[in-house]
This record gives sequence, C-alpha cells and structure tokens, in this order.
Amino acid sequence: MTTTTTVTTSAATASAATARAVAGPVRRLRRRRLTNTAMTVTLALVTAAAVAALIWVLSYVATQGLPTLGPAFLTRTPPGNPAQSGGGFLNGIVGSLEIVGIATVLAVPPALATAVHIVEYGGRLARIVSFVTDVLVGLPTILTGALVYTIWVTRFGFSGLAGAFALALIMLPLVTRSTAEMLRQVPQSLREASLALGITKARTITAIVLPTARSGILTGITLAIARAMGEAAPLLLTTLGNDLFLEADPRQRMSTLALQIFTNAVTGYRTAQSRAWAGALTLIAIVVILTVTARLLPGRHPRRGR
Amino acid sequence: MSLTLKDRTTRSMPEPAGSRQRHPADRLFQAAVHAAAWLPIAILGATVVFLLVQAWPALTHYGPFSSLGSIGWAPSRAITESTSPNPYGLLQFIYGSVLTALIAMAIAVPASIAVALYLTDVAPRVIRRPLAHLVDLLAAIPSVVYGFWAIFALAPTLRPLGEMLGRTLGAVPALGAVFAGPFYGYSYLTAGIVLAIMVLPIITAICREVFATTPVPRKEAALALGATRWEMLRMAVLPPARAGIIGACTLGLGRAVGETIAVTMVIGNNVTGINPSLLAPGATMPSVLANELTEATQPFHLESLFVVALWLLALALAVNVAGRLLVRRGHREPR
Repeated sequence: MTTTTTVTTSAATASAATARAVAGPVRRLRRRRLTNTAMTVTLALVTAAAVAALIWVLSYVATQGLPTLGPAFLTRTPPGNPAQSGGGFLNGIVGSLEIVGIATVLAVPPALATAVHIVEYGGRLARIVSFVTDVLVGLPTILTGALVYTIWVTRFGFSGLAGAFALALIMLPLVTRSTAEMLRQVPQSLREASLALGITKARTITAIVLPTARSGILTGITLAIARAMGEAAPLLLTTLGNDLFLEADPRQRMSTLALQIFTNAVTGYRTAQSRAWAGALTLIAIVVILTVTARLLPGRHPRRGR
Repeated sequence: MSLTLKDRTTRSMPEPAGSRQRHPADRLFQAAVHAAAWLPIAILGATVVFLLVQAWPALTHYGPFSSLGSIGWAPSRAITESTSPNPYGLLQFIYGSVLTALIAMAIAVPASIAVALYLTDVAPRVIRRPLAHLVDLLAAIPSVVYGFWAIFALAPTLRPLGEMLGRTLGAVPALGAVFAGPFYGYSYLTAGIVLAIMVLPIITAICREVFATTPVPRKEAALALGATRWEMLRMAVLPPARAGIIGACTLGLGRAVGETIAVTMVIGNNVTGINPSLLAPGATMPSVLANELTEATQPFHLESLFVVALWLLALALAVNVAGRLLVRRGHREPR
C-alpha cells in the first residue's frame, strides 16, 4: 500500500517536473512558430504592397489615358491652343523614336568594344574601366544633360542631335555593363578551341564569342533603349522640346514623348493634361513592350537593365 | 602554368600560341578595342572638367564655399559687382536632396529587404518568378510617369493623412515644427514617398542577387538544427549578406539623390529657404537644375547652377563609389 502511494506520488511529482521542464521549451517553440508565421505574413504583405503600388500606377494611367488614346492621338500633333481638346503627340512619338534611334547607333558600337576589352583582354585598365562603368550607370542623368549643354548647346543651340548625344552617353555604360556580363558567360572552352585551331584572337571574338552571346547582348541593348525612351531630364537641357509641330530634322529643336508628357502635365489646362495621360500610357506601353521583348529573347539574359 | 592560373582569375582570353608574329588585323582590332575602353573614363573626366569650368566664374566670384554657407536662392537679388553675401545659397537644396532621400530610404530599405527575402526564400515556388518580374516592372516605369501619377493620384491620397499629421503631431511642442501644416500635396514628404517607390525595385534586385548567393547547405544546416524558416533567414541568410545589403541601399540612395523629373513635379520648388516641416514645399539639387538651367538670365545665375551641378556630382560620385565597392565586397566575401 505504502509503496504504491509512494510510487504514484513519485510518478506524479516526476510528471509534474517533466511538465514544468517541458512547458518552457513548448511555450518557447509556440512563440517561435508564432514569430515565424507573423514574419512570413509580413513579408508577403510588403510584397503585396509593392505589387499594389505597381497596379495603382498602371491602372491610374490606363483609366486617365484610355479615353484620349486613339488613332487620332497617334497620328496628329497638338492643337495650337493647349486649351483645345483633340490632337495628339505624333511629334513626340516621332521625336522619341528618332532621337533614341540615333543614340542607339552612337552608343552600341563603342559599348560593345569597351565590353570586349573588359572581358576578353583584361588587365588593369579593364578593371578600372569596369568600375568606372558601374559608377557611370548610377550618376544622375541630369548631369549628363548639363554636360552636353556646356559642350554642345552653348555652341550649336538646342537640337535633337544634342539630345541623342546625351542619351548615347547614358546608354553607353548600360550596354557596356550588360554586354560584359554576357561575354563572361561564354564558356572559356569555346575560346580555347578556336585559338587552338590557329584562329586569331580578333576573329575568335567576332566570329565565336560575340555570336554566342548575341541574344543576351540584344536583351541588354533593348533594356537600354527602354530606359532611354523614358528619360526626360537630360533632354530638357538639350533638345528643349517642340510642342507645336512635327519636326523630323534632328538639327532642330525636337520633342520627345517623355518631354511632351512633362510639359503638358505641368500646364493648368485639363485638355493638355488629358493628352499627357494618353502620352504616358503610350510611353508605358512602349517601355513595357520593350522590356518584355527583351526578356522573351532566347538564351541567357543579363540580370537587370540598370 | 602560371599563365593559365592568371587567366582563370581574370577570365580574359589566353594569348594564341604564335602571338609574337600577330596578324596586323588582329593588332588593329586590339588597338581599336583598347581605345574604346577609355571612353567611360573620358566621359567621367569630361563631366568633372566641364562642370568645373562652367562653375568656375561663380566659384571665384563668390568664393568656392560661400554657396555652402548660405541659405536661399535669389537670382533676382544678384548684382554683378557684389560678391557678398552670395545670393545663390545651396543649403536648402542639399537639405531637400538629403531629406527626400532619407524619407525614401526609411520606407524603401526595410520594404526592399522584405520583398527580396520573400521572393528568394519564402514565396511559393510557382509565383516567385512572375512576382519578381512584376517588382522589376516598377523600375521600368519612366520617371515622368511617376511624377505625373504622384501629382494627381498620390498627393490627393496623402492630403487627409498630411492634414491629420498637421493637426495632431503639428500641435506637439518640439515635434510640431516637423509636421506643421498647411499641407497642399506638394512637399518633401510626397517627393520622398515617390522616391521610395522608385528605388524599391533597384534595392530589391540587388538584395535578391545577394540573398541568392547564400549556400544551400548553410540554410539546410539551420533548418536541420530545428530553426524555423524566419530563424533560418535571420541566422543563415541575412548576416552574411550585410555588406551586400548596405551596398544595395547605397546604390538606391544614389538613385534617390539624383532623381530629377518626378521630384521636380511634386516637391513644390520652393527655392527661398529651408522649411523644417516635412509637409512644406522645397527643392532639391536636380530639381533646380531642371527648372532653371535653360532659363538662367541673371548675373552668375548659370554659373551658380553649375556650382549646384558640381556638388550634386560630388555627392553622387561619393555615394556610387561607396555603393559599388560595398556590393563588390558583398559578392566576394567568403562564406
């Protein structure tokens, strides 16, 4: 009898002790699990907020711009009096395509050559240039505008060419960086195989390395074009804008889509603002199409446009 | 042997066997490529030199640092002969640039780290890539569109919040000045929030790259020891990524400091002085350049704008060089 009671009491004390010993860790585990759930939910909510911001911007521009966006908007110039409704941004669209086109032609060949030097020839200069290119990518684009203003506009006046020159200076480091990144991914064995056949280094680069990296390089160029399309600040100091008529001569002041959105957005006229919304929607459409096309190109891709 | 080793590390192409008697076309190609490689250095050098040359008359006329010692930008008060006080004070622009960038970083840094963690380790695998593309798309929207959207969609949404802040916190004695009304929508706060949205995808993208380099065994070890997923992120992913995160934030800061058009559209462009309230209109270094550079008519006006550009360049260079060095170190750090 006594032994049983002793056993039960000792069992009871033992289980109580275990319970006490376990309660702490169990509670702690529960708290840790709770923290885990709370943080998982927080991370998901923050991501949802970022996506919500994107949807807010896109949907707002779409609802404001759609009523004005139509065939007429894409094929006409703005009315002489900004208070009038109707008309479109044909001059800005033509200007954007032309200026960015010239900038691309100016920027891509030297950018490819620079990237080839960084990756294929290497050395101290290559490392320095690689770093300077990275720094240039992050510099404010308005400073590029100010630079072109001092060396070009003060002598030859505002023109589409000056704007194209500024955009080329902005695109050059972008294309250099993405191209260098793609060249680094070309397998070293391809180069060695080519050189082993007695082919010169120059031929190896132009006939083997660059073609292998082609689609990735094109992606980088496309992303740089998308970026240049949206630039307004440097163009404000170089092409100045031309809101009245279609100007296709790059030696004259020209308008671009981004500039035209800016100038029309800050006027007090509702009519001008509604044209600016349609312009913003057009610009977003162009940039998004370019960005998505760049990502859909076959092959490996540079990680980011900027 | 030493040659191959060197080639592995620099990842440059080995020289062909008969490189002593090379084809002339080969040498020409190398010379051309070598010349092109100087372009980025030339661009950076030209920017520094030309901005300095343009700013020089104002720097010598008013003294090189006088603009940093005065508040208020008043071109109309500039007289050709007068050298003191400097009517082209810069402090309010530096204040505006730093304040808007700080507001942006306060919002964007924690948010970007959270988004990057979610996209690399937490989100269900199927939605990781599409979500990452959506966040990247935030970076594709042009600055001028953000500014336009901010004037008409963001500022009216912020107005009740700003008025509430002005009524409640604005009445508190010490804090009051920071939240003093009235709030019209054009303010440091609005500009800071727009900047936050604009730099978020940039910081997120770099953080994602850094987090993705965490070795899987490291994460598995944490989980095998009984860590929850959050503990795994906190103990295995975040600590080694610290340098990379700081670098990412610095590059985001560089972007925020240099952003022009969106800020110009929503900050209100008050160039006369510093208002301590976050809800008041102000100006930044890039915004005054965008507004006045093509219309400068007063004595030393254009030259003083280039003084602004020069200090903006100094600030942007410092931030970007620091950021790049940190990101590189973050990538290289042995784990």
